[in-house]
Amino acid sequence: MDGFLSETANFINLDWMNIAYLFVVGFIGGLVSGFIGSGGAFVLTPAMMSLGVPGLVAVASNMCHKFPKALVGAIKRARYGQVDVKLGLILGISAEAGVLYGIHIQESIKRSFGDAGSNLYVSVAFVVVLGIVGSFVLLDALKTYKSGNTHEEEKATKLAKWVQSINIPGTMVYFKSLNAKVSVLFTIPLGFATGMLAATIAVGGFIGVPSMIYVLGAPSLMASATELVIAFVMGLGGSFKYALSGLVDIRLAMIILGGSLFGIQLGAIGTTYVKPYMIKVVMGVIMITVLFSRGLMVPVYLSQLGILQPLSEATVKLLKNTSFAIMVLALFLGAFIVLKAMWKGIKTEKIATKEAIGHGKI
Amino acid sequence: MAGSYWKKKPLGKTMILGIISVMLYAILLMNQDIINSYFGKGSLYALLPIITAFMFSVVHGSFTGNFWTLLGIKAKKKKEVK
Repeated sequence: MDGFLSETANFINLDWMNIAYLFVVGFIGGLVSGFIGSGGAFVLTPAMMSLGVPGLVAVASNMCHKFPKALVGAIKRARYGQVDVKLGLILGISAEAGVLYGIHIQESIKRSFGDAGSNLYVSVAFVVVLGIVGSFVLLDALKTYKSGNTHEEEKATKLAKWVQSINIPGTMVYFKSLNAKVSVLFTIPLGFATGMLAATIAVGGFIGVPSMIYVLGAPSLMASATELVIAFVMGLGGSFKYALSGLVDIRLAMIILGGSLFGIQLGAIGTTYVKPYMIKVVMGVIMITVLFSRGLMVPVYLSQLGILQPLSEATVKLLKNTSFAIMVLALFLGAFIVLKAMWKGIKTEKIATKEAIGHGKI
Repeated sequence: MAGSYWKKKPLGKTMILGIISVMLYAILLMNQDIINSYFGKGSLYALLPIITAFMFSVVHGSFTGNFWTLLGIKAKKKKEVK
């Protein structure tokens, strides 16, 4: 790790355009995070790097904006009764271990195969994980939509019922979001996988939220809110680790936080107006779109490793730019769905309130 | 009847929090060099970015929450989670 972190922190000069850019990206990222519990980080790190911020400083600064953002989001959603603090803390602590192991794997790959190998590993992890989990989440949301049961209570999956039925003495913990006792021997690997993914692709929630829903049996709203507790625990530990090596650029972190706190409040408010399956829709759409973004970069890294024929500089540039544009599109798409669903919900609520006032019920 | 239903908007509180928040950002951006030199030292100085992040989250977090309330964007009441 020392070698990995020994690169001297290089803090860029900030002008007003850069500040505005980071603030806006932060806002959109925060909006999505407030709604689905994670997301945004996959754009923020490359967005900072596009300004000339070194990779590690970008990762560290992103991490340092993530934990205060997650804290504010978790407190907000706890007020709506959506957070299972105990589940979040237990998953968060095991996720922290996953983050450390994930960084260790990254370092080994980087040492053996260089930057291209490391980038290829990250892209393949993106494509495989997002391909499998994203398709599953999106198909499940479509199934709910087509069934017309969008108002109905979410039912625990067969897998979740099985997990809840297993009794391993001495390891059982009651979780309010599941309204059941579950062995921590199930939650620890899930948290660990969340952390590993966070260390690899910066968004652990793409494993954390679906695993809480499908493996443990938590409702979507509670899973996405509880993910904010996990993000807080992971982000705090990660930030401190990077800060020990002086890699956090506090200006970048706080500017992004400036925008993202506006976003996370709005995203959290949005969850109170939408049907639960919308969490899955937003998450699934973002995951699948990001998958294409990262998939485009796989040939670039393969050619850099000599596995494919070398690509021309123009092709590499085109693929890189397209990949970044699709990634930004993923975030905007997510934000658009959140705002639209929220707008619709607020409108319906206002009409209902007006009618209630008209009928003298309020 | 409608007047008694809608709560008073937190204008004063939002303004005070907004001013403090702007001041925090002004201090941060006007003293970039000195802040970077200390915050980038690592070791025990690692606590500085952590404390700063908590401070901003409390002030700016409260401000943004009140900001949306002021604009009339509030959570739906009695949302059933399960």
